[in-house]
Amino acid sequence: MTDRLTTLRKTIENVLPNVEGVLALRIGPGGITAPHLFSKEHSEELDKLALWPKEPVPDTLKIILRAHPDAKLAIVCRGCEERGIVEMFKHSQLNLDNLTLIGLQCEQDEAEFCRCAKPFTVHSKLTVGEPIEGVPDPLTAKIEAMSQPEKQAFWKQEFEHCIKCYGCRNICPQCFCNICALEDETWVETGRLPMPNPSMYHMVRAMHMTAKCVACRECEETCPADIPMAVHFRLIARDVREMFNYEPGASMDQKPPQLLVLEEGEYERSGLPH
Amino acid sequence: MIDYKNVLTTCPYCGTGCALHLQVLDEKLVGVLPAKNHVVSEGGLCIKGWNVHAFVNHPDRLTTPLIRKNGKLEEATWDEALTLIADKFGEVKTASGPDSVAILTSAKCTNEENYLLQKFARAVIGTNNVDHCARL
Ligand code: SF4
Ligand code: SF4
Ligand code: SF4
Repeated sequence: MTDRLTTLRKTIENVLPNVEGVLALRIGPGGITAPHLFSKEHSEELDKLALWPKEPVPDTLKIILRAHPDAKLAIVCRGCEERGIVEMFKHSQLNLDNLTLIGLQCEQDEAEFCRCAKPFTVHSKLTVGEPIEGVPDPLTAKIEAMSQPEKQAFWKQEFEHCIKCYGCRNICPQCFCNICALEDETWVETGRLPMPNPSMYHMVRAMHMTAKCVACRECEETCPADIPMAVHFRLIARDVREMFNYEPGASMDQKPPQLLVLEEGEYERSGLPH
Repeated sequence: MIDYKNVLTTCPYCGTGCALHLQVLDEKLVGVLPAKNHVVSEGGLCIKGWNVHAFVNHPDRLTTPLIRKNGKLEEATWDEALTLIADKFGEVKTASGPDSVAILTSAKCTNEENYLLQKFARAVIGTNNVDHCARL
């Protein structure tokens, strides 16, 4: 069996002649990886193709497509990234017409690192690697098993460590509002750390991730305070599944609960991105 | 052709040395992405690092020295500015001694620039009054 990197490279080489670029990961200076737009003009760069650590590639795709809305691109995406792309499409953040998805299936150690229930893609026509089953999320289980006072003490302490870098919001592929409630002084006071009311920032973000979070854990990974915030989003996702039978990224055409209240028609992105 | 690059660099804001990628789209700076497998910052940044891209081409950024003339700041050449500074430093040093001067360096400079500044303070002015903005 050929390894995923070799197969991925072959798949990208096959796709490259038909697109303007393929978004994937590349090893850069000092062995540091980052998203990169591979092109047919520089296919030798594929020598530096990388698989891991994963990166918030849907967000990079959004940045490129905002400047080049009609570009014909391909993207290498893992399960969570594919879900992110689907949700961004449903919220009018990007157009799927000219996009080729190359689904990269995660391996056991990666799924365990992510505590991931769905380490596989479901929409991509081109796929690399063999899909595996989801793994349990021991951290969420552990926190859920705490008593109410223990939970409160746990989260209070976690939130007090927050340095309000806004990294969790910046890196999240599902945080794309033009006007962000977290920058509104009514909710989040500026100029003081720890925040006078630290749970406000986190609860506002948790509410705003309802029926949107695709469980990529980019927020947790970038958090300098190691706050396990995706635990909230997962518990909320479980409720959303029960109440609305909705799972972000699972289906292309099921409307997210936020959009059900809208009158006939679609909503469109307006104004400038933040 | 679409030109998207991530340029690896070090955050200029303090002395910690976090790594970040400047996201460059069609030759324009559009954002910052942390560097996950960098040994110092391990994929995290503070709020300043996350906003590094914003100051580089900011219209308020000074691109020439300014000299206050008759109460108003006016653009000047580097030669004019450096000559003025040298004259004033000389005057102060003669009138009140070298310890009446202090040199504040910056974490936004390179190691080599900071070395030169402390050398300038000690060897040219003759004072140990050297400090820097990263003494947070
Ligand atoms: S969150 Fe799941 S799908 Fe995404 S990289 Fe981790 S294991 Fe893979
Ligand atoms: S896991 Fe975090 S970064 Fe990923 S979609 Fe959910 S909230 Fe956003
Ligand atoms: S990434 Fe962590 S420290 Fe930064 S704002 Fe989010 S929770 Fe706070």
